[in-house]
Amino acid sequence: MNFFRKILLIVLFGFMAPVSHAALTIEITEGVESAVPVAIVPFASQGSPVNISSVVNADLGRSGYFKMMDEQGMPSRPSTAAEVNFKDWQGLGQNYLVIGQVSETGGGQYNVQFQLLDVFKGEQLLGYRMTSSAADLRRTAHHISDLIFEKLTGKKGVFSGRIAYITTDNQGNKQQLHQLQVADADGFNPQTVASSVEPLMSPSWSPDGKKMAYVSFEKKSAAIYVQTLATGERARIAEFRGINGAPAWSPDGTRLALTLSKDGSPDIYILSLASRSLTKLTRSFAIDTEPAWSPDGSNIVFTSDRGGNPQLYMVPSQGGQEKRLTFSGDYNAGASFSPDGKNIAMVHGNGNDYRIAVMDLATKTVNVLTGGRSDESPSFAPNGTMILYASKKGRTGYLSAVSLDGKMQQKLVFNSGEVREPSWAP
Amino acid sequence: MGAVIFRLKHTIFIVCTYNWKLKMRLNKTLLALTISALVLSACSDTDEQDAGLTDGSQNAASGINDASTSGLNNASGISGSEMNGSGMGGMSGSGDYASTLGPEFNDPNNPLSKRTVYFMLDSSEIMPDFIPVIKAHAQYLIANPGQRITLEGNADERGSREYNIALGEQRAKSIASMMKVQGVSENQLEIVSYGEEKPVVFGSDESSWEKNRRVELVYQPR
Repeated sequence: MNFFRKILLIVLFGFMAPVSHAALTIEITEGVESAVPVAIVPFASQGSPVNISSVVNADLGRSGYFKMMDEQGMPSRPSTAAEVNFKDWQGLGQNYLVIGQVSETGGGQYNVQFQLLDVFKGEQLLGYRMTSSAADLRRTAHHISDLIFEKLTGKKGVFSGRIAYITTDNQGNKQQLHQLQVADADGFNPQTVASSVEPLMSPSWSPDGKKMAYVSFEKKSAAIYVQTLATGERARIAEFRGINGAPAWSPDGTRLALTLSKDGSPDIYILSLASRSLTKLTRSFAIDTEPAWSPDGSNIVFTSDRGGNPQLYMVPSQGGQEKRLTFSGDYNAGASFSPDGKNIAMVHGNGNDYRIAVMDLATKTVNVLTGGRSDESPSFAPNGTMILYASKKGRTGYLSAVSLDGKMQQKLVFNSGEVREPSWAP
Repeated sequence: MGAVIFRLKHTIFIVCTYNWKLKMRLNKTLLALTISALVLSACSDTDEQDAGLTDGSQNAASGINDASTSGLNNASGISGSEMNGSGMGGMSGSGDYASTLGPEFNDPNNPLSKRTVYFMLDSSEIMPDFIPVIKAHAQYLIANPGQRITLEGNADERGSREYNIALGEQRAKSIASMMKVQGVSENQLEIVSYGEEKPVVFGSDESSWEKNRRVELVYQPR
């Protein structure tokens, strides 16, 4: 029996940081059975504008791997290893202890140091001292979370990563404002990449995380743009008659796979970004769309209804034989590769339910991971442990995350409007 | 005092897993005085990664100070203003212009008053009920060759978004084909698919979905 099940942990942290604000709250709706007890002692802090230990506590708790100790029950508040009495923490059943300090060094710079201690062995597992500007303190906190997560789980942390997503807010008068935004993985620091009263769709990160391709209907027809995030400069790279959709960056960053219907039915094309030359990859008379590159760049998985209903197919990215991948369910679409290339996440429809499923490419086994009625847009975390996706309940669109084994679930609830099409930065 | 010394030993053991024996040879008083410094730096001369507090300026902070996000505020400023400017026309408001074309467009008994064609789930096949509607609009367009029309394809919220864009386009193309068979000129017809991006009814039930699986016939100002 999963004792952590049904525990709803609401992490609210809008009150802490004057330099940033929360776009969302994250709820852990299901955690793992074997969550490891960890105590993060509030860091000794002199005038830090960000409560670092609280950010780390929220990050690690949100991962579902750890059971975070409530601050109220802590026997002491050590900030150096010398002050730690391990027996106290052993008695409280804590496996690991994190202590630290934040101090201002002048000129808006801060010194942040922390230690991760093994409570039973009485050993230090990690110790770092970092310098950070006030503006980077949250990022420093996420970096600490990454270091601790990797040390304790052996998997890379994704707390200092970013996510892109699209929001829609009703402006009244039937007007809607669509925004493409980028935020920290915990929803803080949301920044708008593009906004329009016409729909925005399908954000795709460049492999270096510096650019984004997306679809905009701002001219009342679809066009694909590539925008440099740091400068806001952008180029319109596809504006053909019909569909210009589903851009997907090649793993080497030199090409975009996309969907065009300029010759009739929607087909997959490869656009070379340097030469702007266009190569047609699929030629069916049916719908071919939603290309996804395998991480090694050799194959492209796409959605096609050539067999009567939407299913996933795979084709070599240089062109070649197209073979069908999915056979279970009425509807399999919107593929996303895991970073190791071994799994594909997809929208899996059966009857009236559309859920996120994962297929093991070696065994072709399909596992349905979610239980929503309208789940879509799966996107793997860079460490491959979680899949971010969009859910809907009534009118509210929100983001969720599920672990690859389906055992951990998180819900990311934004403060207002509808949120959709999440995409984890590489 | 013994307890304190034990705690000090313990601390050093914790901080310097690999070379604590070496450190124990040092005078304990000196240790007590320099304990905080040791905690932070004693082990960095042996194995920075594993045993001591690593100076973040070398590795940890360099990743933190990554400049790739710093310009994002600029990005929103530039593109935001540009796009808001071009997109200020608002929603298409289908039917508004058509209703000014003549009384037949507002007469509920006239098929020209119907400017939305509905579809079955995951289908772009035109249902028999809508054939008279499409034919009536085709006749109007043939009689008014200067009139242009945009067929806006849409889908319900279910399934993946880009597939729904393709589905919406297929629906609009079904109507365009029927109109062309009637004799409407290709250059009177424009097609755009919004997929599930522009629902008319927000709701997750069949009565909402069936209203969103549609093509809107939007007459363009001449």
